[in-house]
Amino acid sequence: MESSASAVMPGTPSTRTNYDDQIVKMFFTATVVWGIVGMLVGVIIALQLAWWPANLGLPWTSFGRLRPLHTNAVIFAFAGNVCFLGIYHSMQRLLKTRMWNDTLSRIHFWGWQAIIVSAALTLPLGLTQSKEYAELIWPIDVAITVVWVVFAVNFFATIAIRKVSHLYVAIWFYMSFVITIAVLHIVNSLAIPVTATLSYPLYSGLTDALVQWWYGHNAVGFFLTTPFLGLMYYYLPRAADRPVYSYRLSIIHFWALVFLYIWAGPHHLLYSALPEWAQTLGMVFSIMLLAPSWGGMLNGLLTLRGAWDRVRTDPILKMMVVAVSFYGMSTFEGPMMSIRAVNGLAHYTNWVIGHVHSGALGWVGMISFAILYWLAPRLWNRELAHPKWVDAHFWLATIGIVIYTVAMWAAGLMEGLQWRAINDLGQLANPSFVDITARLQPFLWLRLLGGTMYLVGVIMMGINFWQTIRGPGKPSETAPATAAA
Amino acid sequence: MSDDNRTPNEQGPVDGVSESAYGAWHRRVLEGRAGLFAVATAVAISIGGLAEIVPMFTATDMGVGEDMPITPYTPLEVAGRDLYVREGCYLCHSQMVRPMRAEVLRYGEWSRAWEYRYDRPFLLGSRRLGPDLHRIAGKYPDAWHYEHMRDPRATSPGSIMPAYPWMLDRTVDPRIVTKSLRALQRVGHPYVDVTEENVRGSMQAQGSDIVASLQSAGIESQWDTEIVAMIAYLQRLGRDGKAVLSGIGAEQEEE
Repeated sequence: MESSASAVMPGTPSTRTNYDDQIVKMFFTATVVWGIVGMLVGVIIALQLAWWPANLGLPWTSFGRLRPLHTNAVIFAFAGNVCFLGIYHSMQRLLKTRMWNDTLSRIHFWGWQAIIVSAALTLPLGLTQSKEYAELIWPIDVAITVVWVVFAVNFFATIAIRKVSHLYVAIWFYMSFVITIAVLHIVNSLAIPVTATLSYPLYSGLTDALVQWWYGHNAVGFFLTTPFLGLMYYYLPRAADRPVYSYRLSIIHFWALVFLYIWAGPHHLLYSALPEWAQTLGMVFSIMLLAPSWGGMLNGLLTLRGAWDRVRTDPILKMMVVAVSFYGMSTFEGPMMSIRAVNGLAHYTNWVIGHVHSGALGWVGMISFAILYWLAPRLWNRELAHPKWVDAHFWLATIGIVIYTVAMWAAGLMEGLQWRAINDLGQLANPSFVDITARLQPFLWLRLLGGTMYLVGVIMMGINFWQTIRGPGKPSETAPATAAA
Repeated sequence: MSDDNRTPNEQGPVDGVSESAYGAWHRRVLEGRAGLFAVATAVAISIGGLAEIVPMFTATDMGVGEDMPITPYTPLEVAGRDLYVREGCYLCHSQMVRPMRAEVLRYGEWSRAWEYRYDRPFLLGSRRLGPDLHRIAGKYPDAWHYEHMRDPRATSPGSIMPAYPWMLDRTVDPRIVTKSLRALQRVGHPYVDVTEENVRGSMQAQGSDIVASLQSAGIESQWDTEIVAMIAYLQRLGRDGKAVLSGIGAEQEEE
């Protein structure tokens, strides 16, 4: 332990731990690259829905093959790399120690990027297991397990060699991420291989469906929510320079969140042939989930007390406020959509797509951008090349999300109501499915507009970082320690 | 900008808890002990999953209908189902008719649990960019499906579905289907005499019937093309369940 702490950069106090920030930079770069790729694919498939010739008549460019590419890229490539960069950066500082083993960190990085590349190659080829967000074929599933174990070993070993006894709240959330994703991934991926690219799941029918949505819902919970709450607990107070509002609240909402979340999966199968008791459990726990979700939101927003004047001028804080607000909004909308009667209308419609994106673009995306903008100058010890672009990015993203979600709400309500409408004679009021689809087209174009605005913001961010990193460094005595050990 | 490497615990601004709170019991018991904390987290996340998933394997009275006459997919249908997965059809088409008046009017009998017994993977779907397909069997002739896959707008003007012209030429491999059947056999699908010869023979017989029906509509095809396997699967979807349910309906009317 002492040896890793003894190597220090010139000009820094000799007591400072020599953190591995090189690994943070690597995950940072990967985040930005995969973010642009994943969201670009999202815009392409949005275009395909508004204008079918964009499928191009080729197997590997048709919607059914690109849609999993989009979801996997934004969840596991973009959001995944954000989690890793934030965890590697913040946990070293929270635990006052360098990562336990730099080699494991690099195996984690290159292994994860190799998994992403293999996903990008196999999914357009139609090699898939079909389970949503768990589409990747079994050899890649095995690779994910190995890389995850490498990450977990390094993660827990770093906690073991920590130089502070107390574990800060962010670390709890990271722990729940590392443990739960391992459990979810392994249980949901159990399958019998047929060939190197084909397998069948161990479970069949509705059991398979229940296991998948237990996984699918908690992928949202433990891949896109708990690690990001951990990141919020570290970066929001740092950016605002204010202490966390309530430590007690963070304890309560952490335990309530991790306990309740797991039960909510069956709300994806309401009105299906899944046993009624399982559907009801899913609904009830989904509604209860509102409380711990809002506990997190309130703790985040109230941390800004006394700093609201800076929210007006600091685009990073603006992004964080919008992110936490969207977290609150989508965690209100989710429980409402889990009520059977509401779900009867919303299920299968664009409303669900709108709900997902208010969480993904609003919460995960915005908090990620805020963290990236906060970190870039510190990691590379540079002034941001285009500080004003950050504000432009904020507005493009915010207005883009609003256009996107409003268009999807309108489209979802419209199709949901038209599918179910019955006339006075007891017949379907809209017997033609295609006619209903045709009426959605204006909203699909609007969604494309909103998504494109969001993508433009991310591309601006990428250019901004590129020019920042390539630009002249500023001499400073607060140069962060790098992997020079 | 404040010191970048500050930890929340020592300087306050991140974690504003007063020193006395560090002595709180939960801190002594849990938040300083990483191993115990990790175990507690693992327990907390396991309870819900166990409570919901385990009964699916053990309970016997959940209407899985062991006695219902549902037959496993034929070799050609297994091949077609794998194509359905490959092309991501489930991303736009559900296979789950909900017990609602409008759904039953639009699609037919609502879906029962036991109908999915041989569905590996399940393909219930989560989105209807196109209509539900659980009762598609027998709704259209084989030639309709052929034309629809070649050019969806030829049969359904205004459709936003992509075309799948490559399925008309590409072929399915009985050797891989044989491997598929052996794997499914291992998890309990009641196939017997799974040899490559039998699988090929079964596929050829069922495929030739579809080829003949296509021919009567003026379409030339081969028994081992992907489109024929796809048609076989689509003409099978929900068929057994429909037969059972309409049989029960007829019995009740007689009484």
